[in-house]
Amino acid sequence: MSARTLPLLFLNLGGEMLYILDQRLRAQSIPGEKARKDEWTDVDRKRVMNDIITTMFNKKFMEELFKPQELYSKKALRTVYDRLAHASIMRLNQASMDKLYDLMTMAFKYQVLLCPRPKDILLVTFNHLDAIKDFICDAPGILNQVDETFRQLIETYSCLSAGEFQLIRQTLLIFFQDMHIRVSIFLKDKVQNSNGRFVLPISGPVPWGTEVPGLIRMFNHNGDEVRRTEFTTDGNYVPPQREGSFDLYGDRVLKLGTNMYSVSRPVETHMSGSSKNLASHAKENIVPNPLAKEELNFLARLLGGLEIQKPGGSETGFRLNLFTTDEEEEHAALTRPEELSYKVINIEATQEPGRRAELSRILGELEVAEPRPGSAGKGEDLLALMDGL
Amino acid sequence: PGPWALAGLREGRGGRGGPGRAVGGRQWVHGWFPELPWPRRMYRKEKSIQLKSSSAALYNNLSVLHLPGRQLTSFSTVHGPSLSVVMADGLGFSHRQLQAKEGGMAVSTSLLTQAAWCVLPSRVLLVLTSQKGIQMYESDGSIMVYWHALDVMEHPPAQAVFARGIAAAGGRFICVGTSSGLVLVFDIPPKGTNITVSEVLERHCDAITDIAAELGQAPDGAGDLVTADDAGTLCVWSTGEEFTLLSKIPAFGCSCSSVKLWNGIVAAGYGNGQIRLYEATTGLLRAEVNAHARWIYALDLAPQTGKLLSGAEDSFVHVWKLSRNLDTDDVEIEHCHAECVTDTQVCGARFCDPEGNSFAVTGYDLSEIFRYGRA
Repeated sequence: MSARTLPLLFLNLGGEMLYILDQRLRAQSIPGEKARKDEWTDVDRKRVMNDIITTMFNKKFMEELFKPQELYSKKALRTVYDRLAHASIMRLNQASMDKLYDLMTMAFKYQVLLCPRPKDILLVTFNHLDAIKDFICDAPGILNQVDETFRQLIETYSCLSAGEFQLIRQTLLIFFQDMHIRVSIFLKDKVQNSNGRFVLPISGPVPWGTEVPGLIRMFNHNGDEVRRTEFTTDGNYVPPQREGSFDLYGDRVLKLGTNMYSVSRPVETHMSGSSKNLASHAKENIVPNPLAKEELNFLARLLGGLEIQKPGGSETGFRLNLFTTDEEEEHAALTRPEELSYKVINIEATQEPGRRAELSRILGELEVAEPRPGSAGKGEDLLALMDGL
Repeated sequence: PGPWALAGLREGRGGRGGPGRAVGGRQWVHGWFPELPWPRRMYRKEKSIQLKSSSAALYNNLSVLHLPGRQLTSFSTVHGPSLSVVMADGLGFSHRQLQAKEGGMAVSTSLLTQAAWCVLPSRVLLVLTSQKGIQMYESDGSIMVYWHALDVMEHPPAQAVFARGIAAAGGRFICVGTSSGLVLVFDIPPKGTNITVSEVLERHCDAITDIAAELGQAPDGAGDLVTADDAGTLCVWSTGEEFTLLSKIPAFGCSCSSVKLWNGIVAAGYGNGQIRLYEATTGLLRAEVNAHARWIYALDLAPQTGKLLSGAEDSFVHVWKLSRNLDTDDVEIEHCHAECVTDTQVCGARFCDPEGNSFAVTGYDLSEIFRYGRA
């Protein structure tokens, strides 16, 4: 409904993806001297993170992202992240990609749901961006891109009213509706119940701008307070300490959107048990959407154009597994419930001859003649990738 | 455990969710008393209604139709692109799903924003608002009698386009709000499909959130319709061939998501969790309640008793009692009951009868409607 939702959805999901990838890469990395050719090292990890972040914050891509538009479908958005995850030397199997996307979406759903005020979604976004800047702190070129996006967020969202932020939040919640995948880190921390639903606390600080419930004041026709009573509930609320900062730098105060993963707390998802929640509804659109293919559109194309060449044999060693063992990954792929399948659309398969002309035209428009910044980052490779098609 | 142990348990504060008075005396008695005299909860949970799909996080996302003298109660809640309608008679439930109508180009799905039954003297219509327009059905949802497409050109680009806020007014009209702040007034004939737009009210600058008609007796000179918007501005109108704006209650910095009008009292629920009561004639603030810890999503009022129901994202549903002190003419509000709907962000709450002896609640991601009745 709100036409300003996509940037927030994309950036926050992207942020969660980076947290998870960073954690898995650290978990699987071997010290440089000891690593074999096919094993991850710290250098590889930093390269992957830099590559993905550079692609994510590509200027053209961001421009497109910030244009007012309706949200993409889950399928279309998943394809964008597929591309993003493969922007570097890293490869993910379908099962690992599915798990990655499950974790990303459940994490952000949790953050949106628990935001004290709708406007705090912006603070959550800033938390993600602050962490992203940490990941690339030794690459000033990319840092600049991220700061640019930060400024654009501030420009676009600072002036929105609380009501408009609530509309954005409601739009996000519709996107996440009926997703109840159980995430073990959430279950362990008791923020999610065993039925996949999140725990909503009825205690703690109230949002900034809200009073602790309990007081009733009544006024006479002169406007004087004439009576005051109190009521009590099971809730145990306290006043908030301070408001988080909406500036480029500052203490966000809110913890939602900060990195909850660490090497010692691996992430798993549970597929069983969540399926019964979906029995009542698994389909996203009841009316087949003729634009579904069109949705896999500009954004996905910007991220890599037509289907990327399959990696050669020597690259299979750079596969990242989101599960603990290869066998687990295989098993997950075989046992994923039908209703949770993302049915990722293969772009090549949907290209009809009539579209090719349109695609070339669009790609042609993307060939920008301006001099590119001299950074050695992967940013210019994006357009180069398209040139090479 | 005998009555001694039970008596012991009842000591302490004035009961959870009670009116907040001190516990009225402990009674150390012999024998068994099946009905304890202590302040007990006013409502208790009853059997839920299962839905075929979950409820969306939208304001005022539950409508209940209970016609006097009929055994049938109908419930409706928006899922996203569809509406779940459940009809309950004494014997069982029947379900129906209505879809948001696509726009002319039919290239994108539309989301519903709200649905409500509008009771007029001669007929009852079920009205659905969406991103594309306004659909009106016969009360059982069987036939669509009218479709009004929203004029997209009226909205600046980058602004969301949708209709929201539904109320029957003046015994003859149905009023529906839009995201640009307009209120469309539809003239509804006693039967048939010849529904026309009688007027467009243009006094709001922000998206309409809710509209409410006078549910009781308006005092002389008081309006019989109130409209609320995203910025928190309230407008009080008198309905008729031509609607007249009687007063405008300015916003105080918070969005108003839900509004009710009863006996000349405006009850408004806000994004900061407050409920405020205003005099409809003058716009004067009469009461301020720090009611919820999060954004209020729904208000409802039982006209025969003045009971007010509020539901919010903080998982709580509260029942209040509104009254007017006949000597001082002051408006009074007291708390009657608190219900915590565990792990649920409440998005819809409605009384199921005009006295407020029962109410229904739903929440985001919930595939059921919880029901509560007088204990």
